[in-house]
Amino acid sequence: MSFPWAQHYEPKVPFMRWLDEKLPLPRLVYNAIGGGYPVPRNLNYAWNFGVLAGFCLVLQIVTGVILAMHYAPNATVAFDSTEHIMRDVNWGWMLRYAHANGASAFFVVVYLHIFRGFFYGSYKAPREMVWLLGVTIFLLMMATAFMGYVLPWGQMSFWGAKVITGLFGAIPLVGQPLQVWLLGGFAPDNAALNRFFSLHFLLPFVIAGVIILHIWALHIPGSSNPTGVEVKSESDTVPFHPYYTAKDGFGLGVFLVIYCAFLFFMPNALGHPDNYIPANPIATPAEIVPEWYFWPYYAILRSFTVSLHIPFTNVTLIDAKLLGVLAMFSSILVWFFLPWLDRSPVRSGHYRPLYRKFFWVLVVDLLILGYCGGSRPEEPYLMISQLAAAYYFLHFLVVVPIVSSFERPEPLPFSITEAVLGSDKKAVLGENTTPAT
Amino acid sequence: MVRIIGFLVGLFFAVMALWAFGTGLGTVASQGYLKETTAESVFHRKPKPLHLASDGPFGKFDYQQVQRGYQVYKEVCKACHSLNHVAFRDLAELGYDQAEVKAEAAQWTVPGIDPNTGETTTRPGTPTDYFPKPFANDIAARAANSGGIPPDLSLMAKAREGGAAYIYSILTGFQPVPAELKKKFPDFQTPTGTYFNPYFANLNIKMPPPLTSDGQVTFKDGTPSTVDEMAKDVAAFLVWTAEPTLAKRHQTGWPVVLFLIFATGLAFFAKKQVWANARVRHD
Repeated sequence: MSFPWAQHYEPKVPFMRWLDEKLPLPRLVYNAIGGGYPVPRNLNYAWNFGVLAGFCLVLQIVTGVILAMHYAPNATVAFDSTEHIMRDVNWGWMLRYAHANGASAFFVVVYLHIFRGFFYGSYKAPREMVWLLGVTIFLLMMATAFMGYVLPWGQMSFWGAKVITGLFGAIPLVGQPLQVWLLGGFAPDNAALNRFFSLHFLLPFVIAGVIILHIWALHIPGSSNPTGVEVKSESDTVPFHPYYTAKDGFGLGVFLVIYCAFLFFMPNALGHPDNYIPANPIATPAEIVPEWYFWPYYAILRSFTVSLHIPFTNVTLIDAKLLGVLAMFSSILVWFFLPWLDRSPVRSGHYRPLYRKFFWVLVVDLLILGYCGGSRPEEPYLMISQLAAAYYFLHFLVVVPIVSSFERPEPLPFSITEAVLGSDKKAVLGENTTPAT
Repeated sequence: MVRIIGFLVGLFFAVMALWAFGTGLGTVASQGYLKETTAESVFHRKPKPLHLASDGPFGKFDYQQVQRGYQVYKEVCKACHSLNHVAFRDLAELGYDQAEVKAEAAQWTVPGIDPNTGETTTRPGTPTDYFPKPFANDIAARAANSGGIPPDLSLMAKAREGGAAYIYSILTGFQPVPAELKKKFPDFQTPTGTYFNPYFANLNIKMPPPLTSDGQVTFKDGTPSTVDEMAKDVAAFLVWTAEPTLAKRHQTGWPVVLFLIFATGLAFFAKKQVWANARVRHD
């Protein structure tokens, strides 16, 4: 599963030799993220976000497990127990802010990780499975984050849960019973809070499992790289350790500085003030908005305001609400098909002049959708988000397939080594390194 | 096949979104750009600026001010507003010593149980007690306040847009209905039992002006108790009740962030050192 020139694990002390014979765990780690994993030498900082996402998951699990020791998943005391954590638990305020802002940080790095994939065509053969597992992780993250936001049982927790579970109510025939079954009642209450807590505890471990598969699938073809040209020879790669452990270490430092600045100096900047008001089923907040990382999808959901009906009759085929729900779920599901929608044999956006432009249009489009999703559902935001939603679907399902079939890519470098070092390999690689032949 | 189906699905969603857009555009074209104007949308005001010692990444509590704010709460606000998440023991953080906290708690009456009969009764507070609620339940609260429930104040500084500035603005924002508003919205009314306040979401708040005259509270530290000062002080107090750990958070944050910046610098040079062997040409 690795390149023939990969370094081999050699246990140095007798204990490690003994362990390697009985349970080759150090060997596994060495081959996964140590010297035994040859990685393209030209990865830029866009390749840091996978490691950072893994770090965020560990951070969320560690802080979350401790928070769960002090939190009470019961509708009558959930809000108070959260405040008990903030006030009475030793360093409880830090754990809770670390967890709440950790969720935002997790989404920031995962969004950057995904967009790295869009730009550099990381989803293309032979890495389709890596991509499919990645989209699965993202869906699991969304479910986990949604249920986690319900747990403090503030106003936004309650009304967010009501709106999101209400989406299932839009499904014809089975919708209403399904919604009641999911919530364990007609509105979010103790039953819903309890199961959300249980699932919020479970899902991160499911995510961890899928991440193992994600990394396993990645190690079969090896990491992609900014040129999109596959590894040809030893001079194209460097061992993961120490090269990328050092680079990721620096990236992790930059991440932690920004993350801790939020945690200690503006921990509530990304939250909504209404969630410091205890849940009240009879007082609807002036505006119900999800957390920022859901805003683009929320905008898509709200932009479908017209039902599909047969013209000149009153026969409705698809209700506007159902259409919005379908569109919102499809907006993520469409990513699953990306490896087969994009036919271009060239992976990297660096060598795809037309795709590159549309990539940036997509980035702007999503930022616009995000802004509209966080605003009140009124004009002009509604009309802007309708245009942006239309482009979103056209981008993945129409633009990408068409562009990939007629675009003329720019010439690719012969190899990674050539892209990085130029053609005079001996001069730049030094005497000790074997140049490619 | 994937691409053909995808193409159709993509066109379908795009057409439906554009159809919705067209409908919206049609409405705008035929009826003009309708932005509903209500008295609230025109006359609601953002909170006045308020600067407290606890602001910003270096913020700490001004305990003198927070103590004065506590006094305002105790003499004015507590008649209607609870402080559910705060216990008397928490007052120790404001610079009171244990004896003072004990004496302070004893001045409050909290619900208790008669140890002999088991009947509910009242007793003086102890440091472990939480601040007592002014009303037995929501119905009693509504009955005493023209149908409104005075909200709990513990988290007020975090639970409203604008935080402390919002509290300060509400407390100092009571005024007669402006003539301009009456002219523009002749239907606008301030029903009995409500009071006009442009900083409140729907302009009519059920809370009567609580701070009415200078000198309403006599501050122990001799600070002149103007309405403005009392409003500021109680806002500062509520910042503290909302997050007693705020100052500790800032204090902890600086060493952490400075250490991380230093460590990241080291990590940068370590990375450079490691990569020097790979002789990557940066051009």
